[in-house]
Amino acid sequence: MLPRSQIWLLAVLGAAAVMSAVSGRLNPYWLDVAMGVGINIILAVSLNLINGFTGQFSLGHAGFMAVGAYTSAMVTTVLGSRLGLSPVLLRWGLFPVSLVAGGLLAGLAGLAVGAPSLRLKGDYLAIVTLGFGEIIKVILQNLNAVGGARGLSGIPSYTNLFWTFTVAAVTVYVVWGLLNSTYGRGFLAVADDEVAAEAMGLNTTRYKINAFVVGSFFAGAAGGLYAHLKGYISPTGFDFNKSIEIVVMVILGGMGRHLGVIVAAILLTVVQEPLRKLGDWRMILYALLLIGLMLTRPQGLFVWPLKRRNA
Amino acid sequence: MLELRDLTVRYGAITALHGVSLRVAAGSIVTLIGGNGAGKTTTLRTVSGMVKPASGQVLFEGEEIGGIPTHRLVARGLAHCPEGRMVFANLTVRENLQMGAYLQRDKGVIRREEEYVFALFPRLKEREAQPAGTLSGGEQQMLAIGRALMSQPRFLLLDEPSLGIAPLLVKLIFEKIVELNRQRNLTILLVEQNANLALEVSNHGYVLETGRIQLSGEAAGLRADPRVRDAYLGG
Ligand SMILES: Nc1ncnc2c1ncn2[C@@H]1O[C@H](COP(=O)(O)OP(=O)(O)OP(=O)(O)O)[C@@H](O)[C@H]1O
Ligand SMILES: [Mg+2]
Repeated sequence: MLPRSQIWLLAVLGAAAVMSAVSGRLNPYWLDVAMGVGINIILAVSLNLINGFTGQFSLGHAGFMAVGAYTSAMVTTVLGSRLGLSPVLLRWGLFPVSLVAGGLLAGLAGLAVGAPSLRLKGDYLAIVTLGFGEIIKVILQNLNAVGGARGLSGIPSYTNLFWTFTVAAVTVYVVWGLLNSTYGRGFLAVADDEVAAEAMGLNTTRYKINAFVVGSFFAGAAGGLYAHLKGYISPTGFDFNKSIEIVVMVILGGMGRHLGVIVAAILLTVVQEPLRKLGDWRMILYALLLIGLMLTRPQGLFVWPLKRRNA
Repeated sequence: MLELRDLTVRYGAITALHGVSLRVAAGSIVTLIGGNGAGKTTTLRTVSGMVKPASGQVLFEGEEIGGIPTHRLVARGLAHCPEGRMVFANLTVRENLQMGAYLQRDKGVIRREEEYVFALFPRLKEREAQPAGTLSGGEQQMLAIGRALMSQPRFLLLDEPSLGIAPLLVKLIFEKIVELNRQRNLTILLVEQNANLALEVSNHGYVLETGRIQLSGEAAGLRADPRVRDAYLGG
């Protein structure tokens, strides 16, 4: 018998495959929204590992997403045209490889940002990660090889329901599995009380870096999916607003909740659709939502007392 | 077993310890008493490697350990039960204990230690699946001590175990401290505001004030000392 979590993983993968096969008959608009939901689930769940479960506060998740998006897009556009692979191999072979490459580079960026700065606490870390996100944006804007401020277009649309929800399921599976292992309880311990965790013999800095690197990896993979969904990416698409959007999902879902954060990611993505007309005003709505939430339900929308980890 | 030599510790511009020297013999219980802000917690934190000394030495079993990170010292048999019952509120009682045995790979040993802690504090056994944040203050203290024991320490740093706990429970906890010392040959450096009770169970005591050792001696002698009686034992 497989453990329950693995059965779940297989079930989601199966469903994604079936849905993907019939996706030609689905309304393309809702198909697009569904994939956006999947990508946001990946982003929210991976940020939850950092902000929710390990008790840090990163404001740079969009920066890691950007690293992954650009890496993955460069792999498929540059390598894709040179390798002379068949379309099937491109979509089912090179694309997942590009996602992993995007994840790895984002993870590496996570290590580079995290290793020196994770000794910092709370606000300081937030500022460093915020700075990182802005630096990535500026670098991309000035890097002509990837289109500079004009962005990168002509990215093949390889992203489909299958890949989106496969990566989403793997993200949830890895984060969930990580936290429910003996090793992973250390993440929760670090969040609960760093001093006590250190006193128990945990290398708390290593834990924080691990959470950061794993979280960044999945943000990078989400970036790759995003790039191959939209077909066009630009540095401003991964700005501070995007990071805040992900932070809001985590806070709304309840920091350190598994299911709550997934529900919040779904809800916020779907709700955004009718709000699209508002353009940048949307961010004001977000801010108001956040303030209202902090005042009325600081523990998160989908949080009930004492069911914390499995709720 | 533990010796501090002329230890000075600073937090930025604040000097918390000015040349503190003390000794804890193997198998003994030693108490450190002193008023608020005297530097008691700082002393313990320096021993367990959470704070780096500015100067002076920390010798554990004859070896200099000043500046070695905490997680390495745990492996060497040193456990720190921090001030203020810092249990992992969102983990269950049992998970808290398992975190205490973090460096222990042998499941059999973990189970044995768990049994030992549950036998020591049967109340914890009744609440093993409960999140630690929902325990009463006294129960949390029991858990914090039990968790520290899970790493099978030979030396325990105990910071104010009686803080904010009902007198009856304080008595129980002190009985257990003595039991641990006798039965497991656990050497203990105890920090207490409840000086009377602490000196009663100790072999030796030190009085720390504003970062300096003011007095030291046999526990019984300190309890009789008029200066200690006036300042810490309520006359
Ligand atoms: N992290 C810190 N940063 C700056 N100063 C600190 C820090 N920790 C302690 N101090 C200062 O060092 C001095 C000693 O503090 P310490 O916590 O060791 O006292 P204590 O004897 O344990 O007191 P209490 O009985 O109140 O627990 C105090 O003046 C305190 O303000
Ligand atoms: Mg103290």
